[in-house]
Amino acid sequence: MSPSISVSLGQVAAALALVALAAGISFWRRTDLERDIVVATVRSFVQLTAIGYAIKLIFEADTIWLVVALLSVMVLFGALTARSRAKKVPGAFWPLLIGLAIAAASTLGLVVALGIFEATPRYLVPVGGMMIGNAMTASAVALNRLGDEVTDSRAAIEATLSLGATAREAAAPFVRRALRSGTITLVDSTKTTGLIFFPGTMVGMLLAGAEPTDAVRLQLILLYLLLGSTAIAALVATGLAYRNFFTSAQQLRELG
Amino acid sequence: MRTVRDHAAVLFELRDVSLARGDRLVLDSVNVEIHGGATAIVGLSGSGKSTLLRLLNRLADPDTGVISYRGKPLDEYDPLVLRREVSLVPQLPSLLKGTVESNLRYAAELAGKELDVARCLGHAGLDPGFAERDVSKLSVGEQQRAMLARALAQDPQVLLLDEPTSALDHDARDAIEATLASLRAELDISLILVSHDPEQARRLAERAVRLKAGRVAACGSLEEALA
Repeated sequence: MSPSISVSLGQVAAALALVALAAGISFWRRTDLERDIVVATVRSFVQLTAIGYAIKLIFEADTIWLVVALLSVMVLFGALTARSRAKKVPGAFWPLLIGLAIAAASTLGLVVALGIFEATPRYLVPVGGMMIGNAMTASAVALNRLGDEVTDSRAAIEATLSLGATAREAAAPFVRRALRSGTITLVDSTKTTGLIFFPGTMVGMLLAGAEPTDAVRLQLILLYLLLGSTAIAALVATGLAYRNFFTSAQQLRELG
Repeated sequence: MRTVRDHAAVLFELRDVSLARGDRLVLDSVNVEIHGGATAIVGLSGSGKSTLLRLLNRLADPDTGVISYRGKPLDEYDPLVLRREVSLVPQLPSLLKGTVESNLRYAAELAGKELDVARCLGHAGLDPGFAERDVSKLSVGEQQRAMLARALAQDPQVLLLDEPTSALDHDARDAIEATLASLRAELDISLILVSHDPEQARRLAERAVRLKAGRVAACGSLEEALA
């Protein structure tokens, strides 16, 4: 699709000047973030280098099973990470895991079935990683909101249950608000894309020398995929997780 | 046509009912019968009154013991059907967003009942003009009446009222009490009322259960229970 460019370690090292600038600003304005900036820089270097070599191996092996294994690990770690943002939701891990898995499988399956991308590691690994990462953020935000909503609205939920409403009916307004908060960030950024910011894929392709129209088309495909995958992940995660607040007798559980 | 019920009949029977929250025993081996008509559950704050009320329509279940309604254990009822027949009006008003009428309609549809808005509002002491009012624009007293009207939209047989006047001033309290008294006169409905005020129990009920630290201290007629 585009000619590749090579980046030397020296160029990466030179970019550390900006990190030093960020650390200097933190020190000067006493925001106390110098240590975090150093940790973030080291972690990004180690993690991206490691995943770079892993992807290189997967590309060379050229087998779909390694792709499935890598994406499965991403889904697992995505669910674990998102769970830590949804502490008020009991048993949040499984809804998150199932939501991420369905989002990744359905969106990747669709783009392959529609012939948008070939079912090869070169496409599935980066696209899948992007889907899972964004779906993780969306479902973590959604479940975090769901936990806050249910905790703060116990009286309203029990008042509705008292009328003989099911748990699903009593929780519906709160599930709806949680789903909305999980997906609205991406919807808003999609609205403003190209106007006030250039998305990463497009920037990367332009830097790599691709035709601007190619860069735009690929970016559009990815944006639409992200919208679909975040919506699916947040929908499944909230749709499963709200049940954990209730007993089989349609009672709101006492938590904490 | 509604069947006129025998108000002396036992509605609820609690046998060895206990419930703990954390390491605190909120209800401790409660044994009591609650009859039809109007019964007040009285006691100091923290004595377990509201918790007991919540058990009666299965918003919660006891840790041990059995609660029966009309001779049948509560867990043999479908909780959704039970809650439409034994309706709880919580201490603080909590209406759904929208108008008073939309709240009444929601409740009636859940119970599969025809809705007569003016009748429900009238029984709750509200004139028909309240139907179109947005619930967020109502005073606390008006919201409490709208909660009552919403419960009545389900045509319940038992109303569980959790401190229905605790958030109100004296005038609003008197008005709600008058509404509850006329409700009993006009409808064949039983009331179980939680109150921290023994005088309110005397005004509204003919029987009482007095709780003390999660145990039944006395029960029976007002004279026996409130002595």
